[in-house]
Amino acid sequence: MRFHYDTSYRDGQALLRYPVGRIAYLVLLVVLLAVPWVLPKYYVGEISYLFIMCIASLGLMVLVGYTGQVSLGHSAFIAIGAYAHTWLLAQGVPFALSMLLAACFSGAIGLVIGLPAIRVSGLYLAMVTLAFAILTEHTIGHWKGVTGGFNGLSVGNPVVAGVDLSGLRPFYFLCLGVLVLVLAGLVNVMRAKTGRAFVGVRDSEAAAYSLGIWVAGYKVLAFVISAMVTGLAGALLAHHVRFLTPEGFGLILSLELVLMVTIGGLGSLRGAILGAVLISMLPTFISRIKPMLPDQISKQFGLETFVFGLVLALFVLFEPKGLNGRWIKFKTFLETFPLYRKDMFKRGKSYMKSERYK
Amino acid sequence: MSPALAQLAQLTINGMAIGAIYALVALGLVLTYKATEVLNFAHGDVLMASSFVGWGLIVGLGWPFWLAALATVALAAALSWLIDARVMRLIVGQPQFAGVMLTIAIAFMLRGLVSMAFGPESRNYPTPWSGQKTQLGALVVADLSLVIVAAALAITLVLFWFLKKTALGVAIQAASQNQLAAYLSGIRVKRVTSLVWGISGGIAAVCGLLLAPIALVDIGLWIVVLKALAAVVLGGFGSVPGAILGGLLLGVIEQFSGVYLPDGFKDAMAYLVLIGVLILWPRGLLGEAHGRRV
Repeated sequence: MRFHYDTSYRDGQALLRYPVGRIAYLVLLVVLLAVPWVLPKYYVGEISYLFIMCIASLGLMVLVGYTGQVSLGHSAFIAIGAYAHTWLLAQGVPFALSMLLAACFSGAIGLVIGLPAIRVSGLYLAMVTLAFAILTEHTIGHWKGVTGGFNGLSVGNPVVAGVDLSGLRPFYFLCLGVLVLVLAGLVNVMRAKTGRAFVGVRDSEAAAYSLGIWVAGYKVLAFVISAMVTGLAGALLAHHVRFLTPEGFGLILSLELVLMVTIGGLGSLRGAILGAVLISMLPTFISRIKPMLPDQISKQFGLETFVFGLVLALFVLFEPKGLNGRWIKFKTFLETFPLYRKDMFKRGKSYMKSERYK
Repeated sequence: MSPALAQLAQLTINGMAIGAIYALVALGLVLTYKATEVLNFAHGDVLMASSFVGWGLIVGLGWPFWLAALATVALAAALSWLIDARVMRLIVGQPQFAGVMLTIAIAFMLRGLVSMAFGPESRNYPTPWSGQKTQLGALVVADLSLVIVAAALAITLVLFWFLKKTALGVAIQAASQNQLAAYLSGIRVKRVTSLVWGISGGIAAVCGLLLAPIALVDIGLWIVVLKALAAVVLGGFGSVPGAILGGLLLGVIEQFSGVYLPDGFKDAMAYLVLIGVLILWPRGLLGEAHGRRV
């Protein structure tokens, strides 16, 4: 067991309080920096995609995990970010500015979608966002002047200060850089006043309200932050896929994002990253093990969908706290060794709690 | 009848036919929602799976239509019963979000299983009414549409009679309203909720069997559950008559927007209705005011 022993205010504010954590993250950073020179080219591209999904997943985590507002329509924000960025690039806007503007535009749409969140919550909000995602896909398909409709739209190269970043390695570092920035920003926002207000709104709106937290404002703010981060991921994704079509931003992408945050563990940024890594790697993993399976199974169409469902179901049933919960248990096991008990994190018996109002 | 009026009537009838399907799917959603407070996203996939099973029995095994239909409905009901009794029961007491995620997981698994078992191609099967038309005054109506409306009407009436007049139906209503009080009055709540899921699955199978000849047997058939959600919301969340009314109305709205609004609005209309109603008029047509317990 560790006990905090702070000798200055700085100790209490540090992001990483112990040498072990500092060393671990330093090693991780070095490994990530070395990856493009060690792994084959194919994997470098895959890992860039992984980083982009991590950013999107972080964006959704702010909304679902921290503020408790379920959005089943975050593919819409990815699409808006991607198309806005591509359109701005085509108009001759510099790359960095275009990324920022795309994120801001996505955030503005998030503001519009967040306003109904003041009135509707829970399942109703999930339905509104779901419908919004479908409508966005329709709009992109039919607004041919800007989006190229179903014919698609090709994306310009990312060029910063005259340097073309579209190569595998430069793009990898671009994605890594944005991910680190976003993560650092969110970690700090989430442990500051704003993040605590979000958690308060999630756990009890009435309690938060009576403590003087402006519930409606924070709900909308969560939407805006979430949409901005997700839009940023969309802008990067545009460069990864290089050719945008509305089908690429369908409902399945939304559900994948929700899968990431749920499997990762709601209410933790680490969970968002772990979930994104697991879900984005799952298709590659499945295609890897396919040759080992008997032909009747491996040749089937739909195996992936089934495995996604199975993984999600197992997590919801047996580890509702997700990968992050698993990690915390493992860490506690190591730290308290040999005192860890099996039921240390066991939930009490629960009954159906009605959310209806009578 | 003037041509414009005839077109109106024709559109209304076509809309009622597709709306009847929405209404039935919405009915299934509302029943399970009222009984367990779970919004069943797997409902559309039960529907899709049963249309594939129906195809397998009719075309694959050569069974007569009625026998195949009965078997499919029974299978779907059993499947839904099992989903509730063996899976959904494990997460009772967890937040609503867990229910949403678990039904989405089940939906993915069903979708994966069906495409593994049948492959991705769309297909069709013959019904006793395929290709036949009836002349109603100046209107021409496909027999299948009439059968769909009749089936929806029959199922609704039987269900209403069952819920209002039989002891079991009243027990279902009681368990939906207050599980603890129902349990204390001697109702076997677990069994009753599973029964509701079973009924809802059976209704989904009927929808699947009737929808497939119009829309082809296809993996994408599950999407009808999203239209049904719009119907549920339009009718007022949690209201059984509202679901029926909302479904019929939504079908008609879709048909009209396909003709009188620009291209592309027909597919998007349901979702526009969903968002519009939830934001401007969350009660819906026949719903009760909803809020949340503190």
